Formats: sequence, C-alpha cells, structure tokens
Amino acid sequence: MYGALWRILPGPVWVRILLLLALATVVLVALVVWVFPYVDHLIAPQDVTVTE
Amino acid sequence: MTADRGSVAAHRRAAPRARRRTSVTQVLAELLLTAGVIIGLFVGWQVWLNNEIAGGVQEQAATQNSEDWAIPDAKPASKPAKNVDPVIGDKPKPDELFANLIVPRFGKDFTRPLAEGVGRDVLDNINFGMGHYPQSQMPGEVGNFALASHRSAYGGAFHEIHRLRVGDPIFVETKDGWYKYIYRNTEYVHVSGIDVIAPVPQEAGVEATQRIITLTTCNPFYSSAERIIAYGVFDSWYPRADGPPYAISKVAGEVSE
Repeated sequence: MYGALWRILPGPVWVRILLLLALATVVLVALVVWVFPYVDHLIAPQDVTVTE
Repeated sequence: MTADRGSVAAHRRAAPRARRRTSVTQVLAELLLTAGVIIGLFVGWQVWLNNEIAGGVQEQAATQNSEDWAIPDAKPASKPAKNVDPVIGDKPKPDELFANLIVPRFGKDFTRPLAEGVGRDVLDNINFGMGHYPQSQMPGEVGNFALASHRSAYGGAFHEIHRLRVGDPIFVETKDGWYKYIYRNTEYVHVSGIDVIAPVPQEAGVEATQRIITLTTCNPFYSSAERIIAYGVFDSWYPRADGPPYAISKVAGEVSE
C-alpha cells in the first residue's frame, strides 16, 4: 500500500519525501478539523451539566 | 568470467523490477498500523491538542469581547460602585456570547467567553466551551447565575475548579460592567442534581434573597460519573463607565497607561 504510494509519487527521492510530508500534513489537518470532532460526538460524550 | 560478470550485472539491473507482489496480509498490516497511529493521534487530540486549540480560540474571543465593550482610555477602578444595584442585562439569545468569566485562580490571564445555553452546540464547540443555564438568572440578579463547562475537553475552562479557595474572586464581565463574586464552597453531586442551579441552590422552590454564581462541571477528570459544583456569593459591582476592577484590569479591557 505505502510501497505503491512511494512508487506513484514522481521525481527524485527528496521531492517524494516533500510530497509525502505535504500529504501527511493535509491528512493531519483533515483529521483534526473534521474527523476527530465528528468521532468525538459519536463516542463517550463528556457531559458536564446537571439534568433532570 | 565475462559471462558471469554479465549475468551479475543483468541480475542487478533486473532486481529493482522484480518487486514482491503486495500480499493481502501486507495491506491489512499497513491498514491496521495506520489505524493504530490514528487512534493514538485521536487520544492525543482529545486530551491535549483540542484543549490547546480551543483554549487559545476562547481566550482570544474573550479578549475581543473585552475590547469591543471597552470604553476608550478607561482607568482601572480601585473601588466598586457604592449603594448601587448591579445592572441586569437582557436575556441573551441562544448561542449568543454575552459575557466573559475571569477567574485569577484558574490562571493569571484566565478569561473565557460565555454563551447562552448548555447544549453540546455550545459546550462541545471550540469557539464557546462555556454556557449559561437558560433557566437560571443573569449576572448580578437575585438568584443563581449558573454555568457549565468542560473539565478537560474543548478548552476545559473549569479544569482548575478544585483549586478554588474560600475568598477567591470570580469576575463576570458583560457590556454593562464587572460583577464580582467570592468563592464560597464546593460540593459533589450526582448527574441528576439539578437543584444546584435552583435560585437558592439545593433549596428548590424557596424564594431567593442572595445573588449566587454556580459553576458545574464533570468529576473526576475524563469522566462523566459525577458533577463538581463550585458556588460563589455576589460581592460587588463595577459599572463599565468606572473602568475594570484593578485586580483584573490587565485581563479585562485595555488600559491606557
């Protein structure tokens, strides 16, 4: 899987490393901005209010 | 010899091309490893990164509120208003940011914005993080001004709630001015302990004569099993026009020196 990704990426090694870093950044940002908050709402709500 | 050398060279050249075929097991292993890393990241986000992000966003929003409400060139007030009842603001709309909470015990620069409502849209939101129980009273009003926030998520505004000591000031800033409450006591209740936000806490149906502030959050850390409740009693009122209370003038509103 990751081997295939490495082969698909164009250019010399340093270009591929930069591209991988850029991809990883995009994935991380997407996780933090959308995925994690969404998942957090689905699992174990940390309720802090008193309710009847 | 030549033939041998030639075959070695050919072998070397061919080697990179003769890739192993990717097996299902390998793909599965890589997916599982990825999932492990992502779950680890999620935990890190939940207990740390999200708090850092939300705390920063909320503190900035609160500072922005202070600046929006500030009267230019206001000097810090060393004394509260005398013999004047505090101004009671209008009931805010749901999700409206209408006040800041400033608690020096929670941190030297601690100021956080406060929105109307205690639904997840307010509390589980990096922009708000702290909410006002709509059925409770307004700041400075006779009765109970009751708030909820997280202990350790979405900014965790009440993370240090257990550190409050008797006599600690709790300030609420609105566009009208600053309401100073003095921390009185803490109690631990069940999730259903709704009476803590009654006009007279734990005395539902009794007519209020005091002005109380109530902070509710979860207890213990990273759990929703119980609620920890902190109460404060109204002390004094600093009208907007007189400038921010001296003790928090660095946090609340710009002070031109």
